[in-house]
Amino acid sequence: MTLYDFLYYFILPVLAASALLVFVRFFIGPSIADRVVAFDLLIVIGTGLIAIYSIITDQPTALDIAMIFALIAFLGTTAMSYYLKKSQRKKSHRENLPRKPKTSAARDSK
Amino acid sequence: MTASEIVIAVLASFGALFSLLAGIGIIRMPDVYLRISVTTKAASLGVGLLLVCAALYFREPSVTTKVLAIILFVLLTAPVGAHLIGRVAYMLGVPLWEKSVVDDLKGKYKGRSQALQSSEGTGGADSRED
Repeated sequence: MTLYDFLYYFILPVLAASALLVFVRFFIGPSIADRVVAFDLLIVIGTGLIAIYSIITDQPTALDIAMIFALIAFLGTTAMSYYLKKSQRKKSHRENLPRKPKTSAARDSK
Repeated sequence: MTASEIVIAVLASFGALFSLLAGIGIIRMPDVYLRISVTTKAASLGVGLLLVCAALYFREPSVTTKVLAIILFVLLTAPVGAHLIGRVAYMLGVPLWEKSVVDDLKGKYKGRSQALQSSEGTGGADSRED
């Protein structure tokens, strides 16, 4: 058994199975934060898949795409958290317009 | 298989194993904070090992530099992204697991307005948290 057979028949299916598990969480995730985490992990596993694929096809150029994927994963997580925080702040500002009693009630319930 | 190919195969096996553990962890863990904890560590290690396989296979300076840059970038950004999304999840009110024993931020955020309670000068020991 050559290295290529091992990578093709063992490593790639394991990576594909883990990507499938992560995609299940991406699909059913109860909160938006679950989906952001699952998306991040999906891209990171995709980076590993590209690394193995570059060995199988003997194309080191594919590692450039892996680098871009790593960049996009961080950018996506950062942008999603930024916009989630921003929308939450706007909503809470609208909710808490009569300032004093509502904030104290929310603090107690939390 | 030659010796270097065996080393590559072993490293790739461990990398795939850690990626699979990250996949299992993100399914099995009970709340979003534990999922973040599992996936960040396991995925960083797994992807790092898989990329080291590529570096060992090609053995060119350009590929090795590229691989080291990707690994360094993943190791730098994974904790930062995990912290950002965990903080936002807490602000959005995503519930903790019901068997969690400690919640250090409980009551520290005033309602949902994202202002830390200590930022208005309640002083004392609370003022160090930010």
